[in-house]
Amino acid sequence: MGEAIVITSGKGGVGKTTTTANIGTALALQDKKVCLIDTDIGLRNLDVILGLENRIIFDIIDVIEGRCKLQAALVKDKRFDCLHLLPAAQSSDKNEVTPEGIKELVDELKPDYDYILIDCPAGIEQGYKNAVAGADKAIVVTTPEKSSVRDADRIIGLLEQEDLEPPHLVINRIRKHMMDSGDMLDVDDIVSTLSVELLGVIMDDEDVIRASHHGNPVAFQPDTKASICYRNISRRILGESVPLMSFDEDKGIMVKVKKLLGMK
Amino acid sequence: MGCPKMTETNLYLTMKGTNEGIIVYLDDQCSFITLLNELGSQVKSDTIENTTEVIINCQNRYLQDWQREEIRQVVEEQSSLKVKSIESNVLSHEEALTWFDQSTIKPFVKTVRSGQVLHVEGDALILGDINPGATVNATGNIFVLGQLKGIAHAGYAEGTEHVVVASYMNPNQIRIANKISRAPDYEMQGSSREFAYINQETGQIELEQIHNLQKIRPNLTDIVERGL
Ligand SMILES: Nc1ncnc2c1ncn2[C@@H]1O[C@H](COP(=O)(O)OP(=O)(O)O)[C@@H](O)[C@H]1O
Ligand SMILES: [Mg+2]
Repeated sequence: MGEAIVITSGKGGVGKTTTTANIGTALALQDKKVCLIDTDIGLRNLDVILGLENRIIFDIIDVIEGRCKLQAALVKDKRFDCLHLLPAAQSSDKNEVTPEGIKELVDELKPDYDYILIDCPAGIEQGYKNAVAGADKAIVVTTPEKSSVRDADRIIGLLEQEDLEPPHLVINRIRKHMMDSGDMLDVDDIVSTLSVELLGVIMDDEDVIRASHHGNPVAFQPDTKASICYRNISRRILGESVPLMSFDEDKGIMVKVKKLLGMK
Repeated sequence: MGCPKMTETNLYLTMKGTNEGIIVYLDDQCSFITLLNELGSQVKSDTIENTTEVIINCQNRYLQDWQREEIRQVVEEQSSLKVKSIESNVLSHEEALTWFDQSTIKPFVKTVRSGQVLHVEGDALILGDINPGATVNATGNIFVLGQLKGIAHAGYAEGTEHVVVASYMNPNQIRIANKISRAPDYEMQGSSREFAYINQETGQIELEQIHNLQKIRPNLTDIVERGL
């Protein structure tokens, strides 16, 4: 029986979709059966980052409204047999989607997968409620900016009211020099404010943008820094204890071991 | 006060001179009308002159507000006595709950997060942080065993004596009763183990080191002193 994890943030543009695509890819690299669900109805992105846009025939609304079977709407990844995508609708009316509808879908998928990753839309309204409905766990994505951390805090407060395990945190788009100069919140500040477990950090990296542009999530690359960050996150999700990577450009070795790490 | 120790009894009321003044114990079984009449005629005939203060004790009779008012009127109109207070052994269920609410410390083991508003009757003990954008309102004091970075409003009803105490103080705002103070516009490091209170001289909210709390609010945990 698979585990459903919602990836959420409150604020838009912090990297939910990028994180979903890359964690999904990294888990698939470890031979896990993974299904990605895009619940950002009307702003479909996940398929683009995965380079699967052209293969979409049906979408999540078609399934919910009974126009097709769930299996028919799943898009197979071009790199991995074990990675599937249930795309969002780009045009349909999102009022068709209800929390119960999503939960039913997720429950139907669970027996066939190890992980179901749900990409959540921005905001705290209906779209968020739908995305969270089917989840067992949550990953909150934030950037090291105050506004983003404020929204993450808000979302964590809302998640605490759901029937979920305590959420885990991914800090995305870290810029070492700005943290050092105090122009961005640093990792310790963020973790201490949000008081949730840190699942991993991703640096702000052109590789991420470039890879997404070409429809090949960066986690697929064997040796870039961002890719290693995502792979480490996936290993932590699988229960391994992996130390945080050092951000020092020249050392590049893992130095900073944090007691907070590891998803149990 | 130089009044003689004396006890005067009639069927419905007993007067006692004590160190606190004269206490009039009222029968709690007769009808209220009988009681009022008796009280009226008794104080009128009484020899006590000039304005002496009396405490009325209604024993086990529950009194509505209007009944308290009538007792006060009868006494003060029929004699030169002044009613200092009206006491009773009984509280309504509702009053008891309110009293309990106002006089107990309510613990919360949680991080109060951005957008959340926690409203507490009585004192609030927060075992966790109050994050930026979060608000805690308490009719009593607020004690934060964690970092106060959001808004804390003590004395939410009108308690100017109430305080906000925090292990780490770096709030967006502190409010006590109807006073508000906010963090300065420049970025600031917080400070450890401080409390905020209204300084009666300046009328402003001020911060002090926690070891001065005993000096500034000696009756902090004494519920009787809160006028309950
Ligand atoms: N670690 C990163 N480094 C550089 N750019 C990133 C990173 N993560 C995300 N981005 C970019 O940020 C933008 C928003 O990311 P996206 O995943 O679409 O956010 P969301 O789904 O939260 O709205 C995209 O253009 C993406 O390429
Ligand atoms: Mg998105």
